[in-house]
Amino acid sequence: MFWMKLKRVLRTGFFNFWRDTTVTLASVLIMMVTLLVIGLISFSGVILDATLTELKNKIDINVTFITSAKEEDILNIKHTTESLPEVLLVTYVSREEALTLFKERHANDQAILSALDELGENPLGGVLNIRARDPSQYGSVAEFLESDNALSSAGFPIIDRVNYFQNKIAIDRLTKVIASADWLGFVAMFFLAVVSVLIAFNTIRLTIYLARDEISVMRLVGASATYIRGPFMVVGIIYGIVAGILTLLLLLPITYWLGGTTEDFFVGFNLFSYYLRHFLEIAFVIMASGVLIGALSSALAIRKYLKV
Amino acid sequence: MIVFDRVSKIYPDSSVALEDVTLSIEPKEFVSLVGPSGAGKTTLLKLFLGEEQPTEGAVYYESTNIHKLNRKETDVFRRKVGMVFQDFRLLPNKTVYENIAFTMEAAGRTDEEIESDVPHVLELVDLTPKVWNFPRELSGGEKQRVAIARALVNEPDVIIADEPTGNLDPANTYDIVQILKRINDLGTTVLLATHNKGIIDLLKRRVIAMERGKVVRDDRSGKYFV
Repeated sequence: MFWMKLKRVLRTGFFNFWRDTTVTLASVLIMMVTLLVIGLISFSGVILDATLTELKNKIDINVTFITSAKEEDILNIKHTTESLPEVLLVTYVSREEALTLFKERHANDQAILSALDELGENPLGGVLNIRARDPSQYGSVAEFLESDNALSSAGFPIIDRVNYFQNKIAIDRLTKVIASADWLGFVAMFFLAVVSVLIAFNTIRLTIYLARDEISVMRLVGASATYIRGPFMVVGIIYGIVAGILTLLLLLPITYWLGGTTEDFFVGFNLFSYYLRHFLEIAFVIMASGVLIGALSSALAIRKYLKV
Repeated sequence: MIVFDRVSKIYPDSSVALEDVTLSIEPKEFVSLVGPSGAGKTTLLKLFLGEEQPTEGAVYYESTNIHKLNRKETDVFRRKVGMVFQDFRLLPNKTVYENIAFTMEAAGRTDEEIESDVPHVLELVDLTPKVWNFPRELSGGEKQRVAIARALVNEPDVIIADEPTGNLDPANTYDIVQILKRINDLGTTVLLATHNKGIIDLLKRRVIAMERGKVVRDDRSGKYFV
């Protein structure tokens, strides 16, 4: 009995999906828009994450030492700084390396190079480049360097300057921007998702509204509520599956087209290859959303008309 | 078999559709309900189907109170009643065959029963060639014959017909009435609401006349005058 009913419900669902072409087309298209929004939202989350990581990685502070500072003193400070919990990475650039880098950077600027030659000695001090685990932690790292912890073995200060204090405003602002972008992104995505789900829900409600007379006839010939609801839910689920497949296909050219742009903008992040790499997860999310929206909207919308 | 016991139906806007109606219908009777629009004929039929709740009184079918049935029992009860409406109410996305099969499916009949009974009942209403057509491809008379076939296929105890000829020309009207009569002759109780005088005169069966929600006349041998 159960299998016979299930078979009939599935068959009726397929027939209804197939026969009512206009309604089917409209519903599938609307559902596709919804699923596309959901898909793009998850991408924009990833893009935002990539941007933020990229920005965070760009923040660092440079500690420049006076030219007379001894290398072992600098390495000492490097060592103590590295032991701080806030610090992720410290790289040492020696005086010579700093000079080479400087020359490379200004290879086309003859005036600067000749001025450098005129000086006769290396005017650059050694540099420690410090990267914190989180942008908000640069303050305490800078304070640590300002204190007595960063004296030479002979007990006099060897730090020429810490560019944190020059960059402080920029770093603070960026920290705030990152925090609010995180939050704003979440709110915007949530809002968009809710709106598009509501639109899909309403479309399916409309299709069931169109069938309300039919539903009342079914009630009057004594069909049970489950038996009437079944095919409508099947149709909703098919809408979800078809729209899901179309969306996944449509995302291929979209991400391919966006891929180049994202690759240039966020170093090394290609949306297309991200899509291909995470295809199974994304496909699962989109198909599950489609099926869920289809089935739930149908079930909720039909309740009203089953009361006859 | 069917008993209306002091039934009143007053709608929330306090319009009175039925007032203190009492009547009983015996098995195998052919009863016509007549009266002008708004007399309460359709309300009476809706109450019998459990589509509406009475404000007062009770409706019995073989000593069960229809309005005391739960959802499931109502479904089972409705399968014992065949219905025919003025506007046919066929399922537009189903073929003639599927429209009739749907009622059988709803009643939980097997595929074998459906395959043997549907052609049989279509033959009875003379529609065999149209079995794979959709309702939109049929004339009014043909649609009504499909509706009757649908009402018949579960071998109901009662057939309810609400203005079944209201949208039909005289020739089709005559056909439909003949079909209903034949059904009645085969032993099914028929309850027909109409305001077509010709039909009543043709039938010469019991006529219940209604006016403004009340039964004004109950005539065993049947003539139409209000």
